[in-house]
Amino acid sequence: MASGPTVERVIVAGAGLAALRGAEAMREAGFSGPLTIVGDEPYRPYDRPPLSKHVLTGETPADATTLPSSLGADVAWILGSAATRLDRAARTLHLADGRALPYDRLLIATGTRARPWPNPHEGRLSGVFTLRGRDDAAALRAALAARPRRVLVIGGGFIGCEVASLCRQLGLRATLVESGPTLLSRVLGSAVGGFIGAIHEGRGVDLRCGSEVEWLEGEDGRLVRAHLTDGTRIEADVAVIALGALRNTEWLDGSGLSADPGGVDCDAVGYVLDRDGQPDLRIAAAGDVARFPHPLYGGRRAALEHWSHAVAQGIHAGRLLAGVKPEAPYGALPTFWSTQGDVVVKSAGLTTGADAVAFTQGEPGSGRFVAVYGREGRCVAAVSVDSARWLPAHAELVATAAPFPPHGAAADRPARGITILAPGFA
Amino acid sequence: MSTTADASSGSSPGLRVCVDLNLCQAYAQCCYAAPRSFRIEGHEALIYDPAPAARDRADIERARVACPVQAIRVEDPERGA
Ligand SMILES: Cc1cc2nc3c(=O)[nH]c(=O)nc-3n(C[C@H](O)[C@H](O)[C@H](O)COP(=O)(O)OP(=O)(O)OC[C@H]3O[C@@H](n4cnc5c(N)ncnc54)[C@H](O)[C@@H]3O)c2cc1C
Ligand code: SF4
Repeated sequence: MASGPTVERVIVAGAGLAALRGAEAMREAGFSGPLTIVGDEPYRPYDRPPLSKHVLTGETPADATTLPSSLGADVAWILGSAATRLDRAARTLHLADGRALPYDRLLIATGTRARPWPNPHEGRLSGVFTLRGRDDAAALRAALAARPRRVLVIGGGFIGCEVASLCRQLGLRATLVESGPTLLSRVLGSAVGGFIGAIHEGRGVDLRCGSEVEWLEGEDGRLVRAHLTDGTRIEADVAVIALGALRNTEWLDGSGLSADPGGVDCDAVGYVLDRDGQPDLRIAAAGDVARFPHPLYGGRRAALEHWSHAVAQGIHAGRLLAGVKPEAPYGALPTFWSTQGDVVVKSAGLTTGADAVAFTQGEPGSGRFVAVYGREGRCVAAVSVDSARWLPAHAELVATAAPFPPHGAAADRPARGITILAPGFA
Repeated sequence: MSTTADASSGSSPGLRVCVDLNLCQAYAQCCYAAPRSFRIEGHEALIYDPAPAARDRADIERARVACPVQAIRVEDPERGA
């Protein structure tokens, strides 16, 4: 489109990681026309991973997380105002402040938000936190600095594990309540999740798996304790709700696009789909909000909440909107890391639908190992715990859909043989 | 690591650093080049300062170049990103 006769206007809805990398990619691809980035938060794009890590220890100030950017003064930022409605017929984006912005190309990158505690009254108690944005992290940091008696983490996904382990690093008592059989059992399965749980228990996290918080009790508007469904009470003055994320798609209601709380649907190229399954060639989506058919997984639709995916798909969508024909459908190998205290969990591929898991490096009981996931006899994912140097070789097995169980270079134990377990997804 | 008290750490324009921790293999070259801004905890957890002080500019540039997997991205308003 840079070569087209008329100047096209581009709008990016959302001002996070995918938005930033998408806008940079448009400029790098030669698009020099008007570019406007709309974000509901009052901040330039910042990095979220530190928010559940060293922002909570106080080492990194929440406002130090602004992302490096190559965008120049030729980009208009509208911050602190949400996109509220998309009128595709009029090619107009409506904002909460009443503005209506015409567009020729639109990048949807509105990400996700933290799933709130189901009881809104309890969720508003002082001492109860969710963690998604910079302000959330600054508020939680202040609460941790006040040395609470005990921190209750509700939810044993990645963010819950990170927060609980950081509390231990700070010398705070921490209880983590998870309804599944182990930590991380939905994403990694209970075979691997059980070993990761053992690491955290070894460092003093009071782990309550297979338990559920029924209600949060307050006194004078402050959290004082939590009641589990089995009758147990946990005295805590801080609770962190880490129950996953909801995709920010409500503003697309009425747009005719195929969107729901699970994401906005895209085709294999990256254009968004309307309710009839037809692509809108003016609009692409990227990052946490986008749901797309992943070529590595037989075209099954996936919405990935990974930093590297926001970068890669943001760049892909930016180039697409700038008029660069993609060489192939978007299909970057999903990769993820999670720093839990000083333990590093990394993954490559998607564990979804895996029917077996094998430990190929290290000893799971020692807290350092690599596990490979198989599905119908092919490697589909690998997870490393404090063993990142083995991950690239395993990622290669996944990228090439190598036969499962793997043998050869990646595994350190062909002689002993590899034990194959059921992944045990909750 | 620079701290909150450092005037150049929170407010823009300053140095901005972001490491792709998927790429990072904890080789620790950055920690030797810029010890005030990068360190390894445990076996392989890289901890870094995303907003280093201006006085660390030369160290940060050395770290960026030293990283064997080019995982370190720096924006320096004095030089352009
Ligand atoms: C605490 C935390 C820790 C994390 N740690 C890791 C990690 O260790 N490793 C990893 O791989 N990933 C991690 N992630 C995930 C990673 O940060 C996300 O995948 C990434 O931020 C997604 O980028 P995005 O641009 O798609 O969405 P977001 O970063 O959510 O950005 C979307 C932006 O759009 C804004 N917005 C929403 N609705 C509207 C609207 N209607 N109008 C205008 N603007 C709107 C949002 O407020 C937000 O600013 C973490 C996430 C969190 C929250
Ligand atoms: S030099 Fe690069 S790979 Fe090594 S620790 Fe630093 S960022 Fe990671």
